[in-house]
Amino acid sequence: MKTFKIGGIHPAENKFSAHQKIQTAPLPKQAVVMLGQNLGAPAVAVVEKGAEVKVGTLIAKAGGFVSANVHSPVSGKVAKIDEVVDASGYKRPAIIIDVEGDEWESRIDRSEDLVKDISASKEDILAKIADAGLVGLGGATFPTHIKLSPPPGKKAEVLIINAVECEPYLTSDHQLMLEKSGEILVGIRILMKAIGVTRAIVGIENNKPDAIALMQKLAQNELGIEICPLKVQYPQGGEKQLIDATIGRQVPSGALPIEVGAVVQNVGTAFAVYEAVQKNKPLIERIITITGKSIEKPSNLLARIGTPLSELIDFCGGLPEDTGKVIGGGPMMGKALLNLEVPMTKGSSGLLIMPSLEAEREKMRNCIRCAKCVNVCCMGVEPYLLMSLVENEMWTEAEAAHIMDCVECGSCSFTCPAARPLLDYVRLGKNKVGAIIRSRK
Amino acid sequence: MSDILITVLTLGLLGAVSAVVLYFVAQKFKVYEDPRIDDVEAVLPAANCGGCGFAGCRNFAEACVKAETLDGLLCPVGGNAVMTQVAAALGQEAVASDPKIAVVRCNGSCANRAHTNTYDGAQSCAIAVSLYSGETGCSFGCYGLGDCELSCQFDALYIDEKTKLPVIDEDKCTSCGACVKACPKMIIELRKKGPKSRRIYVSCANKDKGGVAKKACSVACIGCSKCQKVCAFEAISVENNLAYIDDTKCRLCRKCVAECPTAAIVELNFPPRKEKVEALAD
Repeated sequence: MKTFKIGGIHPAENKFSAHQKIQTAPLPKQAVVMLGQNLGAPAVAVVEKGAEVKVGTLIAKAGGFVSANVHSPVSGKVAKIDEVVDASGYKRPAIIIDVEGDEWESRIDRSEDLVKDISASKEDILAKIADAGLVGLGGATFPTHIKLSPPPGKKAEVLIINAVECEPYLTSDHQLMLEKSGEILVGIRILMKAIGVTRAIVGIENNKPDAIALMQKLAQNELGIEICPLKVQYPQGGEKQLIDATIGRQVPSGALPIEVGAVVQNVGTAFAVYEAVQKNKPLIERIITITGKSIEKPSNLLARIGTPLSELIDFCGGLPEDTGKVIGGGPMMGKALLNLEVPMTKGSSGLLIMPSLEAEREKMRNCIRCAKCVNVCCMGVEPYLLMSLVENEMWTEAEAAHIMDCVECGSCSFTCPAARPLLDYVRLGKNKVGAIIRSRK
Repeated sequence: MSDILITVLTLGLLGAVSAVVLYFVAQKFKVYEDPRIDDVEAVLPAANCGGCGFAGCRNFAEACVKAETLDGLLCPVGGNAVMTQVAAALGQEAVASDPKIAVVRCNGSCANRAHTNTYDGAQSCAIAVSLYSGETGCSFGCYGLGDCELSCQFDALYIDEKTKLPVIDEDKCTSCGACVKACPKMIIELRKKGPKSRRIYVSCANKDKGGVAKKACSVACIGCSKCQKVCAFEAISVENNLAYIDDTKCRLCRKCVAECPTAAIVELNFPPRKEKVEALAD
């Protein structure tokens, strides 16, 4: 079975919420819509305090080239535009909407019917995706329309759909494939049309045999769409790892996937593309996995963006008493949340509740030079070396040791027997070295 | 016997030729270096801390020799004493400057600032700051993980066990500015040391609105501007809900210290105040 060639680990999967039907989360009383929900520049508010909005009303416009529109996920009145404390404790601008009823914009087609015919032209598709404020739903939240417009001189040859879901615990993509496979395939065809390719590969890890079987059955009738089962291995969901696993090409250091003719999109994004293009529905809700060993009902929820995370946890049985940490995202790349009143954003793929015993980090000990971190590094760099270079502020040497290649998958920190915070230091080094590289230009 | 002779003669000849070549090469590529640079470097402290703004002591010595006056050039480690020696070596007038010292603009000890969460990640302020706003409700204050302590090569700064705040040793601090650069929250500032080490400063960096700041920390500056009003020398400015005392204008009258409702303004090394009754009698 196919997988990527360098490094990788296999943490305990713990997919407690697998096969839980997608439930619709209740509407919040007040929705807090952050303006910076995508990678790049935050959006700029176009509504004012007191404005009446419906579900799908544009409330903030893209604030730069790498940026995405934001639409109201609820209907009601804009209470205020203010700074709110985000998941990391710093203040960020947000639009706060008091919810009244649930009235949708009339252009949005809310029926469940599968619309198979793609009538929109290539340009229309890109315009609709940009209008709908789509971003990569795997977690990186890079604006989709930019990823679909390769720079001049570069030609896409193949579309790769990321349905790997290699993060332990998370199951939202798996469940989405089981329930919305028809829509996803139409979404893939729209994406193929948008970038002008005739071949698409869907990479799925083989711990989801039912999803593989279902997608394979449906893809039989679709010309050019292949389903590629992959060996379970973290971080296969990384763009570069997935390209290596599916088509055997390696993205050169510092280059983008388009360099090897690939465009990678998340399976959730493919579904959102279907909704945006065929149903005129902007990105106002998404599937989020609420999970953990101690939570009463691990679930996959369809929740509106802007819903406070605490309300989602309450819906799944409330926060267990011995909770040590709540992590936004998966356990490998997610970030611990400072408070639960922060709202859901476009990038919220999961919420992991960890009991206090598991949440504690071990005390750091001395490096024993076992080179386990080197073995598991999926980018072929040397994490132990990078950490000491960063500790000693040797930025030139760190750059020469390819610190910027790190994809921050965290395999090194996970595997280190001395509990060294390797990734934390590498990330700090990437910040510094990145700033130095930018200042050179 | 002749073998040995040939060897000795060959090696001797090679040596002689090389010596001649090296002599001419050395003449051709000779670099003239002002001998005064060595003189100046000899009196510098050789800490190579970079506090002067140059790459090291030799670099600073070169700058001193090149400069027409010593105005603006200061070795913070050596202070005025060393600068006088430098001036003597160069036959110039010494320009006296006020000695400075590092101050920590945060007084949020564990007692003053309640913890709202626990951080168990990498023990580095720079990393913690990039992750989140810290263990307390104040996102501007000290994280107490000791990046400043690591950066200080004069052993003049340590993190207090109880308060988890940096403490500066007045006798050892050379105001080289390494800690100022190391602090990712920009809490540490170089200020005038003041006569008899007496100085007054706002020990807070919180720019939140008064209520929010006060809720997070009992000794936070709430930006009430009372100090600004009471100051007779226009030394205090309030910007973004945070007061700042300009040390070039401050005359150390201590009126602001008494006025501050949250005790965010700190006075150091002053004799104890006279009782109010006595002050009235005067």
